[in-house]
Amino acid sequence: MAVTVEQLAEEMYEMIKEAMGKKSFKATDLAKAMIAKYGEAEVSKDDCKHAIRVLIDTGRCVYSYFGGSYITLPHKEGAAPD
Amino acid sequence: MADEGVKTTLLDELEKGPWPSFVKEIKKASETSPVCDDLLGQLELSYEEKKGHWKHGGIVGVMGYGGGVIGRYSDVPEKFPNVAHFHTLRVNHPAGWFYTSDALRTLCNIWERHGSGLTNMHGSTGDIIFLGTKTDELEPTFADLTKAGFDLGGSGSVMRTPSCCVGQARCEWACYDTMKLCYELTQTYQDELHRPAFPYKYKFKCAGCPNDCVASIARSDCSIIGTWKDDIQQDDAAVAEYAALGLDIQKDVCDNCPTKCMAWDGKKLTIDNHECVRCMHCINVMPKALRPGKERGATILIGAKAPIIQGALLSSVLIPFVPADELLETLKELTGRIWEFWSEYGKNRERVGELIQRVGMANFLDAIGLEPTPEMVAAPRDNPYIFFQKEDGKPKDGDGQ
Ligand code: HEM
Ligand code: HEM
Ligand code: SF4
Ligand code: SF4
Repeated sequence: MAVTVEQLAEEMYEMIKEAMGKKSFKATDLAKAMIAKYGEAEVSKDDCKHAIRVLIDTGRCVYSYFGGSYITLPHKEGAAPD
Repeated sequence: MADEGVKTTLLDELEKGPWPSFVKEIKKASETSPVCDDLLGQLELSYEEKKGHWKHGGIVGVMGYGGGVIGRYSDVPEKFPNVAHFHTLRVNHPAGWFYTSDALRTLCNIWERHGSGLTNMHGSTGDIIFLGTKTDELEPTFADLTKAGFDLGGSGSVMRTPSCCVGQARCEWACYDTMKLCYELTQTYQDELHRPAFPYKYKFKCAGCPNDCVASIARSDCSIIGTWKDDIQQDDAAVAEYAALGLDIQKDVCDNCPTKCMAWDGKKLTIDNHECVRCMHCINVMPKALRPGKERGATILIGAKAPIIQGALLSSVLIPFVPADELLETLKELTGRIWEFWSEYGKNRERVGELIQRVGMANFLDAIGLEPTPEMVAAPRDNPYIFFQKEDGKPKDGDGQ
């Protein structure tokens, strides 16, 4: 049985949470990490795409832009005035 | 700032002269929009100090979207509180930029309710640009836009809002239906437009003929430029009429043909169509006498970009001719393979044109499964890695040295 989309979403979420403030991930970084972990037979690029969609559509993660598009936890923007 | 408008000594210079002035327009808008004085005030400060005062925010969209909003904050909000937040929205424009006046009013009303009321029709991406609003107004603006049938456009590492020339809607030279293709690309790639998953931006622009009114060859990663395969349609009586009316056909038409494939003996114009490179020059000069051929379609090109991280690139030919009715299917097939390769091997913020330069066109073609053809080479000996054999006309790989 292949890895479920929910499980992938959960693992991606943990990856993002742990690296928050240190490193940011793009969609392809997350997908590559999951495929490296489980192998192409278990996890497809499409599964990863769906997992990211789950994270974004539930609002657990958001897209941000710092010179490129990254997936992060919702946060108060550094540039925003108080 | 002062009550009755701001002091804009330097900016006022930009109101002089006969041309339109954004300073004049923003001052006019300040009668109804409170942000305008602060906007001009901050810009005047930038002109005085020769220093920008906008900070780039990380905000990129509304719930679920990874593009369409460009976050901007003032770094001097205490001086200009009305522009403390000044986010831009990109709104997906209709193909060919056609609106009813009702649609324009709807857009303006939405923006006066939720933002500065200032727009830029249109930005260089093609989108309708809404300039300046607060974070809290993003979702309400989006809700009103979608209710009116509009959607946000692209920003960040996504497929950007595709754009096209007016094509067959107004132009007799269009070799395919640019508006239809642009609309279909937009619909096909909704995911790629709203959910950033690429190394960097990717743009499609559809031009109906080689005049390329959307400058696709300079501004889009994938340029689709209309062309024809058969002979230029020629009306000899109309050619004679141009001559009779004083057009110097030798000097202004034949001598300017880049391949010198036209001859004029004073009575009859002869075109050696095999040597014609479809530049449109002669057709532009004599639109009543000459027009594109009947076998129409488009050339698909790859790799243009403006200079941001590296220098500017023009796009190069990928497929010399695709018949008009096969364009969408061909593009879908090809784009899937290009995106696959670029996503796998492209570095962060590397446009597809730069990737091709880095790995070489021959490797790129191999990866996306296309055979090299002579039309891809801009000039003889342009690429030492692709060799052509005389016997069968088929290319074989060079050994590189
Ligand atoms: C009288 C002596 C020579 C003459 C007249 C000559 C002439 C030429 C010409 C006309 C070209 C074609 C340039 C092009 O197509 O762009 C060429 C290419 C070349 N020649 Fe020579 N050559 C001579 C000697 C040599 C020698 C002694 C070597 C090496 C030891 C050499 C190595 C090359 C190489 C590597 C190329 C490039 C081939 C390519 O572009 O695919 N040549 N030569
Ligand atoms: C470590 C040694 C070498 C390196 C790294 C090297 C690298 C290169 C590179 C990058 C090119 C350019 C290819 C292009 O046009 O994009 C080139 C071309 C060329 N190299 Fe070398 N090369 C080396 C040694 C040599 C030697 C020893 C010779 C001759 C005895 C040579 C002859 C040539 C020739 C003739 C060309 C031009 C090929 C053409 O334009 O058709 N190279 N080399
Ligand atoms: S690019 Fe060609 S078809 Fe399109 S509007 Fe311009 S001249 Fe007409
Ligand atoms: S379209 Fe351009 S290349 Fe072709 S015949 Fe006319 S001027 Fe010459």
